[in-house]
Amino acid sequence: MKSFDYIRPTNVSDAIAAASLPGAVYLAAGTNLLDLMKGGVSRPDRLVDVTRLPGLDRIEAFADGAVRIGALVRNADLAHDAAFAKTYPAVAEALLSGASAQLRNAATVGGNLLQRTRCAYFYDAASSCNKREPGSGCDARHGDNRLHAVLGWSEACIATHSSDLCVPLVALDAVVEVEGKNGRREIRMEDLHRLPGEAPERETVLEPGDLIVALKLPADARIFHGHARYLKVRERTSYAFAVVSAAACLSIARGKIAEARIALGGVAAKPWRAHEAERQLGGAAPDAESFHRAAKAALADATASGNNEFKIELARRIIVRALAAAAAGTPERIPPLPASPLSTARSVA
Amino acid sequence: MHHSISLTVNGVQRDIVLSDPRVTLLDLLREQLHLTGTKKGCDRGQCGACTILVDGRRINACLALAASHDGAGITTIEGIARGDELHPLQAAFIAHDGLQCGFCTPGQIMSALGLINEGQAGCDAERIREGMSGNLCRCGAYAGITEAVLAVQKALAQADMGGSHEKL
Repeated sequence: MKSFDYIRPTNVSDAIAAASLPGAVYLAAGTNLLDLMKGGVSRPDRLVDVTRLPGLDRIEAFADGAVRIGALVRNADLAHDAAFAKTYPAVAEALLSGASAQLRNAATVGGNLLQRTRCAYFYDAASSCNKREPGSGCDARHGDNRLHAVLGWSEACIATHSSDLCVPLVALDAVVEVEGKNGRREIRMEDLHRLPGEAPERETVLEPGDLIVALKLPADARIFHGHARYLKVRERTSYAFAVVSAAACLSIARGKIAEARIALGGVAAKPWRAHEAERQLGGAAPDAESFHRAAKAALADATASGNNEFKIELARRIIVRALAAAAAGTPERIPPLPASPLSTARSVA
Repeated sequence: MHHSISLTVNGVQRDIVLSDPRVTLLDLLREQLHLTGTKKGCDRGQCGACTILVDGRRINACLALAASHDGAGITTIEGIARGDELHPLQAAFIAHDGLQCGFCTPGQIMSALGLINEGQAGCDAERIREGMSGNLCRCGAYAGITEAVLAVQKALAQADMGGSHEKL
């Protein structure tokens, strides 16, 4: 690991000033950053430790039902906050399907949003990777790419975004609160991450020095609490990144879907909202026919980026499963086990 | 640049000078404090061999910068027995054959301790397996590990009913 200067500011404006300099990055728990630094993938000159910044570790519920989650709230604490999990169960289910208990105890909500791809070529310093080294090429494009993107990819980069948390956040129209050199602003979750295009090294719309201070879930996202699921297919039952995952949230009234929210994980460089599929479900009956139609619409623009054609059909099936499970009702206990939607036992409709 | 931090390690306060900001809690424990019970397996947060409790919560010590944990309370495998009396989890791992080579065992036991204190798994073997998925055992002693954790959970549940519960 390359050496670095370590500083621990005690207020947000000092942190922003320190992190605005070239070569500086923020450190929260470091569960992804330290791993990247050990592999020589990230080589910062300066770590700005934000873990002692005051006031960023709280979950605040507002009278109108909205919730503000400080960026330093730990993944496990958010998932196990009973009131939060009851209101936004798909978010809790996504959190608890990610990483291991040890990592969830350490990792922060803000850090989760900015975690880097798990593309093996990005991690391997001997491989060409436009994300790690712009202009060097993409060894994944014609390499071992069965887990790579099927939506929104470019010739420059076919990596996927690996966060579970981000998937229901995009579905529920969460908002990210950012402090920067020019003050505070809000960014819709759906607009936070960029598609690779010609510049896969630019993964978000954040500027140098920008600090995520909180995440907000809008009050109207509460309407889905009774019919919300996050389903994740992994190559083993626990402690693995998604091959494909889906968040499905429904509001059902008088036997019809009043409103639907769908987002996919593991399929693109950003958590992927399926707007057209949602529109098709509006006013429809919550039945297999509607779910299959929605799944087809969600993947209409999908193309294999390599040896991963199977992910397109898998994503359709996971959407159908997630919608059926959501329609059946949010489970009493999160996570419902067994965790794999491929399991034949219990839990999934 | 040197950083001074203070940690409470297994109940003892330690004032520590870090000669390098790159030092992780894992390397600090092993190389500087000579507490080598905490193991370095992958050193990348994938195997769980370095699991310790920080302020009562299990984390991977290999992915935690020591400098960032100034003031923390740390519990390692060396800190859980009472003198010569094994911790109930240590005894259960022996009784249920929860190990073969033993390299992952300190991490398994610290993770199990964290799991039990989190209170999410109870006496459900499947939830114990899910809760322990961050600890790999390449000898494949998982069946014994699950039985050991389950046995301690059941003993705790019985003690609870008898009104004599104490935190592990």
